[in-house]
Amino acid sequence: MLRVALALVLSLMLGLTAQAQTTPDRSATGGAQTLADILARQRGEPVDDTAMRNDTGNSEDVAGAAQLGPLGGTSDPEVWRAIRYGSAETRVSAGGEVASVLVQDGGMKWLSWRDGPLRTYGGWLLLGTLGALVLFYLLRGRIRIDEEMTGRTVTRFKAVERFGHWLLAGSFVLLGLTGLVSLFGRVFIAPYLGREVNATLLNASKWIHNNVAWAFIIGLVMIFVMWVVHNIPNRSDITWLRQFGGIIGKDHPPAKKFNAGQKMIFWSVIVFGTSIAISGVSLLFPYELPLFAKTFAILNDLGLPGLVGMEPLPVLLSPQEEMQFAQGWHAIMAFVLMAIILAHIYIGSVGMEGAYDAMGTGEVDEAWAHQHHSIWLDEMKEAGNDAPQKAHPAE
Amino acid sequence: MKAMFTSFAAIIVIAVVASFGLERAGFSSEEVNAGASVRLGKDSQ
Repeated sequence: MLRVALALVLSLMLGLTAQAQTTPDRSATGGAQTLADILARQRGEPVDDTAMRNDTGNSEDVAGAAQLGPLGGTSDPEVWRAIRYGSAETRVSAGGEVASVLVQDGGMKWLSWRDGPLRTYGGWLLLGTLGALVLFYLLRGRIRIDEEMTGRTVTRFKAVERFGHWLLAGSFVLLGLTGLVSLFGRVFIAPYLGREVNATLLNASKWIHNNVAWAFIIGLVMIFVMWVVHNIPNRSDITWLRQFGGIIGKDHPPAKKFNAGQKMIFWSVIVFGTSIAISGVSLLFPYELPLFAKTFAILNDLGLPGLVGMEPLPVLLSPQEEMQFAQGWHAIMAFVLMAIILAHIYIGSVGMEGAYDAMGTGEVDEAWAHQHHSIWLDEMKEAGNDAPQKAHPAE
Repeated sequence: MKAMFTSFAAIIVIAVVASFGLERAGFSSEEVNAGASVRLGKDSQ
């Protein structure tokens, strides 16, 4: 399963296909590209360009090169090929390594991937998740509190815990929406509301996305520190998972402060959220924090691409390619986390009676706590934290 | 509910502070990636 996922993600990002490349016969063109090469490239198929890539001239081989012009024994086409394939020794007086890349055709590959598969698969993932949740609601309905409400409440989350949760949740919703506007604005807003509206929205989205990101990072750190202890897997999770957490059927398995489902959400948020945050910071400070060449080198050393039948990953990336990979990874992780969070929002609101109170007021009725977190309720009672309080109406 | 609204206010405060802070610290794309000979923003009008 992991292999399949890894292969899928890497293939998506690298735009690789499983088609084997064969060395074509280019004798008719003296080694230059043929019509078949051009047509294959236009069809988006991989073309073996090794011959062109290496045909960048060699002044030392040319007799009397020193007496020739500024290019020495290298012809114009050879110089341009070296620039186009990134092997030219380009020196610039300002702008550093970034400015020394004169032709970066990876940009087109990235753009067509962003405008094509990313929008298509990402969009359908979110719509599919929403559809599945609506279907689930129609089939299962709202998960009700079976026992009679006691009128006594117990503190489920302290104010600081709720603050951390909402800091993370509020910023994530803003980041998700502004990210979607940035990705889909040109196709879904500009044609209907006009380019001016789209441009204004994009400008605002950019400011919100870049600056609210810090609130997301602070929220992520807060919930990790506060809740990691409660999210370490234990034996009660197996029972919970075996009974599908009471979501399917009528059983309500015992659980501690967090059940196995909530632990999965927690670790998804931590893992995907951290990955989004790191790639996001890399994008916020362009070219300052390259992540991928080193990561690919480590993956190659571990032999992971080979395990899934792929060629070793590229380890020599231009600064621009680093940014393109960072954007691609950032978006993939964000789509996956958005889909997970949609399910989390559903179960915390319309999907389960009384669930919202836990994060709204922080107080839950003992009947709710007994049904969903019986071990935690017992622990709270033993610790003397169950002083009877007046129940708050659901907000 | 108080915790929720406080956190939403905090998001706004953090975003504004981040924007001004990074701008002042010279982290705007304009300052990092462009020189005096590049016309950007108000100067280009």
